[in-house]
Parts: sequence; structure tokens; C-alpha cells
Amino acid sequence: MTLPTLVVIGVSFNPTAMLSFPPAGLSLRWYANVVTYPQFQRAAVNSLLVTAVAAALAMPIGTAAALSLARGRLRARSAWATLLLSPLVVPGVAAGLGFLILAASLGLLRSRVVLVMAHVALVLPFVVRSVWVSVESLDPALERAAASLGAPPSRVFWRVTLPLLRPGLLTALLFAVIVSLNEFVVSLFISNRVTEILPVAMFTYVVNYTDPTIAALSTLFIAGTFVAVWMADRFLGLGAVFLHHR
Amino acid sequence: MKLLLAPSLVVVGVFAAALMALLRYSLVEFIPGSLQTGGLTADNFRAVLARQYLGAVWDTLLLSAATTLCTLVASYPVAYALARTRSSRVRSALLVLTLAPFFSGAIVRTYAWVLVLGNTLVTWPVPLLFTERGVLIGLVHFSMPTMILLLAAALSHIDPVYERAASSLGAPPARVFRRVTLPLSMPGVVSGSVLVFAWTLSAFATPELLGGGKVKMIANVVRDLALDSFNWPGGAAFAVVALAVTLTILAAAGRLTSGRTT
Repeated sequence: MTLPTLVVIGVSFNPTAMLSFPPAGLSLRWYANVVTYPQFQRAAVNSLLVTAVAAALAMPIGTAAALSLARGRLRARSAWATLLLSPLVVPGVAAGLGFLILAASLGLLRSRVVLVMAHVALVLPFVVRSVWVSVESLDPALERAAASLGAPPSRVFWRVTLPLLRPGLLTALLFAVIVSLNEFVVSLFISNRVTEILPVAMFTYVVNYTDPTIAALSTLFIAGTFVAVWMADRFLGLGAVFLHHR
Repeated sequence: MKLLLAPSLVVVGVFAAALMALLRYSLVEFIPGSLQTGGLTADNFRAVLARQYLGAVWDTLLLSAATTLCTLVASYPVAYALARTRSSRVRSALLVLTLAPFFSGAIVRTYAWVLVLGNTLVTWPVPLLFTERGVLIGLVHFSMPTMILLLAAALSHIDPVYERAASSLGAPPARVFRRVTLPLSMPGVVSGSVLVFAWTLSAFATPELLGGGKVKMIANVVRDLALDSFNWPGGAAFAVVALAVTLTILAAAGRLTSGRTT
């Protein structure tokens, strides 16, 4: 599983423009190229912008939905859940071309609005799921205790419910950021050279050039992801989210 | 409480509007050299079955089936180790190693295989880069994290007592696996296979980069039509077909496993 990753890291330190492995020496010139290539700079800014706005929108929207799904007296609860999680199963090209046509008909082809809307829709299922799991495991007795001691509902929410949900909220935020930063297919359809995010810029570069620059950028991505996942496991316990333990 | 659902329904509504726009375009006439469209027509769907695209459709189905099978076989041992290890350290290491590629993007993961398959150090016995075999390798690697997680979740539900009981009654390990472990893990096998098959059907980045333009799957045809030829109606028809097939498979599987969610 990890072999390709090791090859990428090896190639990224190559001193020559050949994609040879093992590397013929050690050099950081491709890292310098990543940092100085204008299109990557622009795309990195776009990525941070789109991800920040999408996560900032998806977190409260998803948390509200999760609370409603877990606590509300809903008829057809599972139908609502399926509806909210459905963007996950839609093929990327279908969503991408759909958003492209929608953007064109609204005259928003040059704007980042559609890009942000698409990202919110794509990360929302992850947020809803993570928070929902967390709400389910929250003991309502704690909230009742606070309320019976005289705390008004809004105070119970901010001082008891939200702090208790913190692990779920952090997991949700982590998911939202990682999924949005790495989103590629949908973004490919609805961005141009000015608005494109990093994965799209990387794709264009791979198709047009063959030097190890993308290996260097990939190494940075891989390192960031490993640290994020490792920290999530360390502080939140991924086993609790993904595995069932008696 | 119900009102809290409203904002998320707006988001899903926008998503649905995009899919409706896709559906509408798949039914209108393409006017070459223009983004203007003509009247209603079924020609776009007829084109999906045209000879020039039939190869891509066939390749997509074949590659998806092969990917599902290979992914299942390759993932089962990892999932078993993940579910059964007693050491929390081993479990953490396996989880992080499984999840890190799951969370690194399509481009990073696929590019890694471009380097491995196109390397100069090892000579592969058969050409791999820009062939269907290479695409298959990339797709399997891409699908493994999903499959491992779903299998491990199913396996961790099985009480090891059943396996111990079987072996204490004299069943050799292979028989324990075939008669006890495998049948009990079937929910995970089914949901993992269905999800991998459905996702592979609309794979884009892997065939695009590892296929080098020689291997085309449905999603690549959609991109070529929509972004190179500006034939949005034609691309929309292919995308609608991919969407319909995916939803049909998932719905059928949902009924099969009676409400188990992934």
C-alpha cells in the first residue's frame, strides 16, 4: 500500500528533471519550483479560500442537521438521512457537469460561488455523519441536569451540549477540510485558470510537464495528510469512528 | 428541531438543481460549435450506444468488475488483521496507513502510480503504464481503503468465540475461514463490493492519468465531450447513464442487505 508513496518521496528529491528512482542525488530544487510556480501559488490561495469558506458553511449547517436527525421527532428519519448523504454516491463527473451547466445558466462561470456551493454539498455528508455519531453517544441526562439547575436552553446548548460534542465536531472539521482540499473531479469542471484549486492545477501540470515538481508537491500533501490522520487517531481515536469494539 | 434541517436541505436542493440541469441538457440537441442548444431529442442517449463509445462502456464494466474482485481479495487479510489484532499500536498503525491514502487526493495517489509503473529501475514483465492492466492496478489501490474499512467494520462485529468453537471441534483453519468467518462477514463483503463497483464505474483520475488517453472509461468520455468538444448535451447523457447505473446498483444492494448503511 505504501510503496508508491515511498517512490514519490524518493523522486521528489531528484536533482535532475528525470523521474528516476532511486534518486540520483539529493536536491530541493523541485520544492523550490513548487513554491515559485505562479499557477501553484494562485491555486494554493484558491484552495485555502474555497476550503475555508466551504468548511465554515458546512460545519454549522451539518451540525444543525445532525442534531435534528438525532434528536428531532422526524417521520421518515432514515429517508432524510439518505437524502443528506446522497451527494456521496453521485459520480463526480455527473455532479461536475451538472454544476457547470447550472453555473452557465446563472451566469456564474467566472465566479467562485458555484465552486464553494459544490464543495459545501460534497463535504456536508461527512460533517453530518461525524456529528450525528457524536450526538447519539451523548447522554441527555447531562443536559437535563443543567436545565433542571436553571440554565436556559441556549445556555445548556453552548455550555453543555457543544463542549460534549467537541470530538465529533473536530472529526467533522478534519473530514471537511481534507475532503475539500483534495476534491478534484467536480472542481475540474467548474473552475478556470483563475479560480482553479490545487488538485486541478496539479492535474494540468502532470498532463503538460514530466519533471518531478508534482512529486515534491505530492510529498507535501502526503506529509500533511499523514500528520492530520495521525493526530486524529491520537486525539479522537479513529477506531471509535470506523470500527466496532465490544 | 425540524427547522434545523432547513439549511442542509437548501444545500441538497442546490445539488439537486445541478443534477436537474444535467438531466435537462442530456435531452436537448447539441449544435456543434455553439453552447446554444436545440429542441428536445433522444439522440444523446442513442450516441451512448454508438460504436465509437461502446468500447469505453464495455471497458468500464470490465475494469469495474475486475477491480472489485481484486480489491476484495487484496483487502481481506488487511481488514482481518485490523479487526483482530490485540495490540492497539498495530491497530493504530494499520488504521493510519489505510486512512492516509483514503484522505490524500486522487491526483496524489494516481501520480504515485505513474511514477511506479513508468519507472526506469524495474522492468515490468509486461507494459503497464498507459495500458488497462496499469489502470486496474491504480483502481485497486484506490479502492482498497474503502474496502478495508467496510470489511474491518463487519469483521469486528464477529465474536471470535465462533471461530474458536469451530477449531476446538477439529476444523482446520481453512475450513474455519470458509464455513464460519467468511459467511459471517458477508454483509461487509457485499457492501464493500457494491460500493467499490459503483465508485469504479465513474472513476476519472485513474484512467485519465494511468491510461494516458489510450484507456477511456465513461467518466473520461464525459470530460472529453464536455470540456474538449463543448458538447455538453452529449457529455450529460453519458453522465446521466453513469448516475442511473450507480443509483440502481446501490438501491438494489441496499435492499439486499436490508437497510445496512455503510
